[in-house]
Amino acid sequence: MGYPHPPHPRESLLLSRYFGDADAQTYAGWVKRGGYAALRKALGLTPEAVVEEVKASGLRGRGGAGFPTGLKWSFMPKPKGKPHYLVCNADESEPGTFKDREIMRWTPHALIEGCAIGAYAINAERCYIYIRGEFTEPWRIMTAAVEEAYANGALGADAFGSGKRIDMVLHRGAGAYICGEETALMNSIEGKRGNPRIKPPFPAQSGLFGMPTTINNVETLAAVPHILNQGAAWYKDLCLGNPKSTGTKLFSVCGHVMKPGNFEITMGFPMKDLIYDLAGGMRPGRTLKAVIPGGSSVPIMNREEAETALCDYEGIIEKGSMLGSAGFIVMDDSADIVYEVYRLAKFYAHESCAQCTQCREGTAWTTKILERILKGQGKVEDLDLLLDLSDQMTGKTICVLSDSCAAPIVSGIQKFRGEFDAYLNHSRKPAMAAV
Amino acid sequence: MSAPHSTGAAGPGAAESHEPVFAGAAKARLEVLFPNYPTRQACLLPALWIVQEERGWISPPAMAEVAEVLGLTPAYVRGVVTFYTMYHTHPVGRHFIQVCGTSPCHLCGSDDVLKAILRETGCGELGRTSPDGRFTVAEVECLGACGFATPVLIDDDFHDSVTPERVAGVLAGYP
Repeated sequence: MGYPHPPHPRESLLLSRYFGDADAQTYAGWVKRGGYAALRKALGLTPEAVVEEVKASGLRGRGGAGFPTGLKWSFMPKPKGKPHYLVCNADESEPGTFKDREIMRWTPHALIEGCAIGAYAINAERCYIYIRGEFTEPWRIMTAAVEEAYANGALGADAFGSGKRIDMVLHRGAGAYICGEETALMNSIEGKRGNPRIKPPFPAQSGLFGMPTTINNVETLAAVPHILNQGAAWYKDLCLGNPKSTGTKLFSVCGHVMKPGNFEITMGFPMKDLIYDLAGGMRPGRTLKAVIPGGSSVPIMNREEAETALCDYEGIIEKGSMLGSAGFIVMDDSADIVYEVYRLAKFYAHESCAQCTQCREGTAWTTKILERILKGQGKVEDLDLLLDLSDQMTGKTICVLSDSCAAPIVSGIQKFRGEFDAYLNHSRKPAMAAV
Repeated sequence: MSAPHSTGAAGPGAAESHEPVFAGAAKARLEVLFPNYPTRQACLLPALWIVQEERGWISPPAMAEVAEVLGLTPAYVRGVVTFYTMYHTHPVGRHFIQVCGTSPCHLCGSDDVLKAILRETGCGELGRTSPDGRFTVAEVECLGACGFATPVLIDDDFHDSVTPERVAGVLAGYP
């Protein structure tokens, strides 16, 4: 629900039902709400049967890429004496996204239960949950919850008397957006700089400590107990017509809306209703200008695209952007697109790990060009230069950080060219002081 | 990569004598983590957190000590420390303030919150410690709380929905 707002009647509360309910944070409170029944059930099935159930549910990765979760689990090799690892990506750092934070703050046991089921399904005895360093409050809550789960026998050498070992280790990040990229995250756990690795090998072959590894997002794993409890068919039916995007999803909505927050809706929900109804719409006298729907790493949508899109993986692609992690950055007509694109480029320049030339140089250079445009010192050919650089930054690096920087730049110029031109032809006052 | 910090008198090399961090309780806190990982190297980030909690920052001698404890080289440890923005490679004020300034918060007025914090703390500019040694302020990238703009992290305390008007009240809790 749109915590701190009361639930909206059009929401479908699954993951967020207990947001704001402090009693749900405890082990006893979670069990009272039906918690850990799914883990007990899973431990009574074979790991293969758990994988099949998740596969049949149509659950797709909620971290951004939307890869089918059950299929990812099925890539794990048969156990041959090597340890397997499950890693939960709780490094939520994508601008506009703040859903995993709320899952950990309010329902830590939902995540622990999902992780335990996932670990069992892929024959892993240990799960690492990588929590970003800035998430001090989720860290405290998760630490207490893991201790409680051990004390109550859900975790440990003999999880719920099944004879299966499931250990859970919390690992704290230290401030690096790039560690949300799965291979950078594995390096970070290993005590290295968070540089992404070249793929292949993929994590299922050689991941954490060189062992077969699966990495899933917090929201993905938190959805798994619901699938075990109520069945894949039930979960699959939670969509509005598109069988490729199933279940419910938390949409973080922020920026220029009256009621920013997380809203849990079934896939296929109209974006217009999400923005105007659930999130309360624009401030008085303001109109919608643009939405960046996937966290910041996807193309900007203009008003017409946003108002006609459906909120699922395919629906947003159809309107020229991507669902990503579903962090909606909403901008009204007071927003300066050129400045916001500059601010995002600055973010990526700061967060580039600097391994690849196109990214290290490209993010910094595009930031400088955008800065000079905002200072009224841009040249007409700067827009072509930005587009050319963006092209060189797309699809040419180890990870997609530089692609993510290019996406808002290219779409910003394509869809809001007039705002760039206004700075270039001096019909608009510089937004930044020239030095 | 690292947040801007002032390079005061206690910069690299200034700390001649180094009292070991990993003795007593701090040593026990680290050693209890060893079974969680198949390598000692994997304890590097947790070890650095312990150093920062104990000393407020991670000095070159502390890096050397971590290297010794985990079987790494000081240069390697330094390479990791400087990759991550939350590790301080210089001393900071008693309270370290991180203010989000990325797009969603910027849209909601984070610039004014930052200005108010720089003024109220007496820091005046980013990275500089206030004359009374109480605060150091950094503008940071996305804190992952965009729906609660502007989030401000003071030490380990997360403050949601900070406005310029609320700044003085929030800071009062940090003597």
